Amino acid sequence: MFETWALLSLQNYWWGIVSLLGGFLAMMLFVQGGQALIPSVAKNEAEKTLLYNVFGRKWELGFTTLVLFGGAIFAAFPLFYAVSFGGAYFAWMVLLFAYIIQAVSYEYRTKKGNTYGSRTYEMFLSINGYLSPFLIGVIISTLFSGGAFIVNDANLSHWTIATRGLEALTVPFNLLGGISVLMISRILGMLFILNTVEEIAIRQQTQKKLQIEMMITSAFLASFALWIFIVPGVALSGTSIIIEPNRYFHTFIRYPLVVLAPFLIGLGLFLLGGFRGKKSGFWCGVAGTVLMVFSLLLSTGINGAPYYPSYADIQSSLSIENSSGSRYTLVVMSYVSLFVPVVLAYITYVWRSMAKPLTHDEIKNDPFSY
Amino acid sequence: MDLIDWSRAQFALTAIYHFLFVPLTLGLSFLVAIMETIYVKTGDEKWLKTTKFWVKLFGINFVIGVATGLIMEFEFGTNWAAYSWIVGDIFGAPLAIEGIFAFFLESTFFVVLFFGWDRVSKGFHLTSAWLVAIGTNLSALWILVANGWMQYPVGMDFNPDTMRYEMGNFWEVIFSPVAVAKFLHTIGGGYVTAAIFVVGVSAWFLLRGRETQFARRSIIVASSFGLFASMFLLLSGDESAHQVAQKQPMKLAAMEGLYEGEGRAGIVAFGILNPDKNVGDDLPEFYGDIQIPYALSLLGYHDINAFVPGINDLIVGNEKFNIMSAEEKIARGQAALQDLSAYHEAKNAGDAATAQNALQAFDANQSYMGYGHFTDPLQTVPPIALTFYSFHVMVGLGSFFIVLFIVLLYLGMTNELLNTRWALWITFMSIPLGFVACEAGWIVAEVGRQPWVIQDLLPTIKGASALSTQSVQITFWAFAILFTTLLIAEIKIMMAAISKGPHISEKGEDHV
Repeated sequence: MFETWALLSLQNYWWGIVSLLGGFLAMMLFVQGGQALIPSVAKNEAEKTLLYNVFGRKWELGFTTLVLFGGAIFAAFPLFYAVSFGGAYFAWMVLLFAYIIQAVSYEYRTKKGNTYGSRTYEMFLSINGYLSPFLIGVIISTLFSGGAFIVNDANLSHWTIATRGLEALTVPFNLLGGISVLMISRILGMLFILNTVEEIAIRQQTQKKLQIEMMITSAFLASFALWIFIVPGVALSGTSIIIEPNRYFHTFIRYPLVVLAPFLIGLGLFLLGGFRGKKSGFWCGVAGTVLMVFSLLLSTGINGAPYYPSYADIQSSLSIENSSGSRYTLVVMSYVSLFVPVVLAYITYVWRSMAKPLTHDEIKNDPFSY
Repeated sequence: MDLIDWSRAQFALTAIYHFLFVPLTLGLSFLVAIMETIYVKTGDEKWLKTTKFWVKLFGINFVIGVATGLIMEFEFGTNWAAYSWIVGDIFGAPLAIEGIFAFFLESTFFVVLFFGWDRVSKGFHLTSAWLVAIGTNLSALWILVANGWMQYPVGMDFNPDTMRYEMGNFWEVIFSPVAVAKFLHTIGGGYVTAAIFVVGVSAWFLLRGRETQFARRSIIVASSFGLFASMFLLLSGDESAHQVAQKQPMKLAAMEGLYEGEGRAGIVAFGILNPDKNVGDDLPEFYGDIQIPYALSLLGYHDINAFVPGINDLIVGNEKFNIMSAEEKIARGQAALQDLSAYHEAKNAGDAATAQNALQAFDANQSYMGYGHFTDPLQTVPPIALTFYSFHVMVGLGSFFIVLFIVLLYLGMTNELLNTRWALWITFMSIPLGFVACEAGWIVAEVGRQPWVIQDLLPTIKGASALSTQSVQITFWAFAILFTTLLIAEIKIMMAAISKGPHISEKGEDHV
């Protein structure tokens, strides 16, 4: 079936998948948000351990989503993979380091012989909890604000600024995006606590915090959305790339069903979940996050618009057309993508069969607990 | 050291660390699944405790494997951006497929294996154990498909307009004989390493007189598994060497320190290379060596009379056996590169006829294009000593493990383990050797392929990202420090968990 698709349709399909994976990656940041919250929500060691165990059973999925996100970009948009990873070198490296320390910390935190003490691993989890969502937000924002790369005739690229990606931290818009994603991760973390933890003390503490932080988060989200709607962006004009005023606003209007609607529905769901709290709030929150991030990413590249502007050389900007894999590879990978629903199905099944709320007793008696 | 050296050093560092944990994950996941199966079949609680003990060690090892693995995937982009563009259309696919088909299986069912003992049914838990084992081994499949393609690129075409290789046949890529042999040989190596780890740890318990019943049953399961895996390793190793002989003759020559090609070539069972020996001179290759006659011809070509080309033949050429000299390949490669740039010039100038001619001329020499980046034939020789010794360490250890498994199985079945302390000591001391053998195998595969990152297509020097040397130095040291720090903790946690033991009661079980 995919063989008959036009090349641009395949590229759009894959940009859609990458955008969706970006959405899932952002959703899984609830683990990071939760990690960062634990020291302030838990009042004693027992509560802390309970919460580390609650989030510790989910960290792997976020890790895997990050890996799949990278793999999907590699296979479908190899030029983006080369330009961004090889160019914004330090931005990605810092992010990877922040993830590496997460992988071991849950497992090693309370183990005998862990050498550096529980506090060290808790600190690792806090660093990961703050840094990963923030940096992912910054990196997503650079799809709007651009990078300093030049792509030559042989499609080989280089970065023109020696800080290699870290300069993104000096752009106010990127910081706004970073903090917005960080806030989203915290909200989702709190909603997950309300969804899974039955301890009254923790729930009350979380509920209180949620109300305050939702106000802040709403303000950040509103500013981020407003900013996107008023800034100019790069757009295609014939075969050359130009600067278009209100470029993203226009894109949202031009694609009401696939871009604007998911964004508004996502925003609505997120606000609903966040302000309502309670047990079901989490599912509204994550669905909203997936839809928002999906629509934002989709808006950058849909139908061949340049999704990654270069401010070093605007003609080097990447679009889904000039950065994609070959038609053959996209077709092969499109068949592979049909397997994704199967993966989602067994993840959901396992998630549900493991869902019984954790108790202090279970943790104490389980030699495997973190 | 320049940018390329540092980029390689960083990749080697992260890969060596990652590959410390992978083999154990590959093998232990199956051992755990087998033990849990015995538990479910027999209902014997002692098997449950035995399984849980090994699951615990599996987990400690698994998370650091995940941590070090993350960086491997992204490093293709961060440090090998040119590579990622030039071959990403083929190479990216197996990596993405690995994510979808394997990693989610591992990470989803890992949680059940760890925390699901009382939350899901016995059957579901056992299924999860098997799915974790299948997931880890599937991930090895896809990454080795990718690596196999680097050794023997097939199923692709060069696109002169986009300046990259593009996939032309997915099935050729995944069913490449090199990829298949590589996959089987690598997972076999993982199984043997895990089996050595299990028998080594169990021997430690027996030496201390603790948990003897648990240790004996672990030794019997692991040495049977290890012996079976070793047979598998022998066969896949034979096939791997056969593939190397066909597809990477220079690597085979380096593995054997073979300078002058010969028919009825023997294998060096043991040898000390002459460090003064250079390509083309008359010095002896070895200070001393013991050969197994005919074995190399047999291994490489399944024919005792077959001619095995040496390094000299591959460099200066050998008309009798129809081997082109490296100099000629370089000349043709340079011609191809010139025609390619002529094509681009004409195309940009709008001269379609000239462009077409240039493209035709390019096509004639296209397969040598990679050689065009070299200036001296000697640049096409891999580091010989490192490849030679790594190969011999790997084969030597693999042979030793077979003997060890047979001895342990015999002692275990005849209840003589506790009375044979020397065997227990040797077994205990062998724990690191499995890891050494795996790393040595990886060095043969990767160092033996040099100076190519994609055999005959893309030299390593053309694959790196355009970074400053200093940037890579910073991340190299950051990785070295972080991974070493984590490794120290991992080993200490592992030792603490081992010494705690599985706590199985020993009543009436003294005859081991």
